[in-house]
Amino acid sequence: MSSEVGQRAVPISRAELAAIGSPVTAEDAVGQGDVPAGFGRGARSTTGRRIGIILLGLIVPALLLLGWHLSTASGFFKPSQLPSPTSVLAAAVDLVDRGQLATHILISTQRVVLGFLIGSVLGVVAGAVLGLSRVADILLTPTVGALRAVPSLAWVPLLVLWIGINEDSKVTLITIGAFFPVFTTLYLGLRHVDRNLVEAARAFGVNGLRLLTTVQLPAVVPALFSGLRLALAQSWLFLVAAELIASSMGLGFLLVDSQQNGRVDRILLAIILLAIIGKTTDALLGIAERWAVRRWA
Amino acid sequence: MTAVLAPGTTRTTSKQALGVHFSGLGRSFGAAGSRRAVLRDVSVEVEPGEILAILGTSGCGKSTLLRAAAGLDVPDSGEVLIDGTPVSGIDERCAVAFQEPRLLPWHTLQANVAIGLPKSSSASAGKAKVLELLKLVGLDAFAKHRPREVSGGMAQRTSLARALARNPGVLLLDEPFGALDALTRIRMQDLLLDIHSAQPTTVLLVTHDVDEALQLADRILVLGRDDDGHDDGREGSTITELVTVPGARPRDRNSADLGALRSSLLSLLGVTGH
Ligand SMILES: Nc1ncnc2c1ncn2[C@@H]1O[C@H](COP(=O)(O)OP(=O)(O)OP(=O)(O)O)[C@@H](O)[C@H]1O
Ligand SMILES: [Mg+2]
Repeated sequence: MSSEVGQRAVPISRAELAAIGSPVTAEDAVGQGDVPAGFGRGARSTTGRRIGIILLGLIVPALLLLGWHLSTASGFFKPSQLPSPTSVLAAAVDLVDRGQLATHILISTQRVVLGFLIGSVLGVVAGAVLGLSRVADILLTPTVGALRAVPSLAWVPLLVLWIGINEDSKVTLITIGAFFPVFTTLYLGLRHVDRNLVEAARAFGVNGLRLLTTVQLPAVVPALFSGLRLALAQSWLFLVAAELIASSMGLGFLLVDSQQNGRVDRILLAIILLAIIGKTTDALLGIAERWAVRRWA
Repeated sequence: MTAVLAPGTTRTTSKQALGVHFSGLGRSFGAAGSRRAVLRDVSVEVEPGEILAILGTSGCGKSTLLRAAAGLDVPDSGEVLIDGTPVSGIDERCAVAFQEPRLLPWHTLQANVAIGLPKSSSASAGKAKVLELLKLVGLDAFAKHRPREVSGGMAQRTSLARALARNPGVLLLDEPFGALDALTRIRMQDLLLDIHSAQPTTVLLVTHDVDEALQLADRILVLGRDDDGHDDGREGSTITELVTVPGARPRDRNSADLGALRSSLLSLLGVTGH
């Protein structure tokens, strides 16, 4: 029997994910913690508690907004330094009237969704192949590790030269950003599937694709979702990077453009929109994660 | 009982009991240099349809012996023959109930038992058989529960049902009743005997419990160190005793024959004063 000699990293835990800045939030932590144990958990009380927790989570943003309002209304900050919440709102209304805001939001979201989806699918495929095949692991893992070591923005000049400044190069960059978290978590997860379970299934003649779908993939669902959420956060990061570098539309473009025109109100607007949309997409993925973890873990 | 064995559900695998022959089996573990023998020179012929109980102290290699028969482990020396052909790789003729339940946490008990069904069984016959087995092990009310929602003993019974679903030529049971209370244990022992008498299969039953071995087995094999008084460097367990249990089942626990056999087995296992 082959014995594993080299030490391998443990699959990334949620605590670690939180530590490196993935948007893992309080309500997720609760959702995770109460998954196992016990017969028929009270669904009603859980829903009530979740709503309560979401409301509690809104306290700090509300206080921040209040502080922002007070500091500008009192004249502590000049409008050129920090515009008031109402003037940011006015900037939003103005952009809506010009018909630009929806365009910026939609094009940015489209780029993120495309890059995230393509990167995730490639990450799942690569993670599954390298995590399950000893040969592929030996042949390819050093190369993939080296590619992962390249800070992803280093690809930008190459992408611009090869693909040009267009949608494809932006989506490609986001794809690269989304690929590695998914690949890494799935790869490590598959290496750590309980050997006893795999052996028991194989003892009953389960192997190949059926082993993958009945044992290995269900076992890595929680790890996979951690990877997906990290990948989504990376996607937004790389979106802004791509749009800051070269674009004529999108929230990143709104940021550079407003910087050049000294429109701090629009800069703040773009930042707030990125926060809200990023959090929303992450929350949607969080709902899918809760469902999947309940189903498979 | 007969329902499980009705033609409709079992015809898919017209299996028969298969003989198992351990021939000079040896197994060591550890890296080169610090290898430690666990089993050596294990040779025994198990008749088709026989129930062989395997006794031995903890860590003496009982599970290792079963794993070799199932093809889950490759011995260093010797081989296992099932029905005259050597075991190489996972053997479809065997079904194992592992020492731990090893159920898939994301499947219901019903789906877990269904994993044990032979490939050839049809969907409807398979489902009927699974439900019937769950009923036999007393878990029909828990068919839709997940393993984490049931007790350790219930999980162990599910694991037994999964092995029985295979309708195997050789049934390998690694302490299948270890986590059960006294009453459930007796019910499961009776269930095993019922299934065995209705449907031919060879059973290798690892157990810690001498009384269980005396009640269930045709023969009892004791694994242990063959200490002949001096350290000749031959470590590892081998067969220190192989006895035929007198009398037909069900046996009278209080018979004098069994009493004498019980004390001699216990003293082989290092328990004295009984
Ligand atoms: N894969 C393995 N690698 C290294 N050592 C092993 C391995 N499998 C078993 N062993 C060793 O072989 C010995 C026998 O193990 P085994 O599981 O067969 O014991 P057992 O008789 O079933 O014990 P128990 O009654 O406690 O279940 C133990 O000392 C164990 O450490
Ligand atoms: Mg054991």
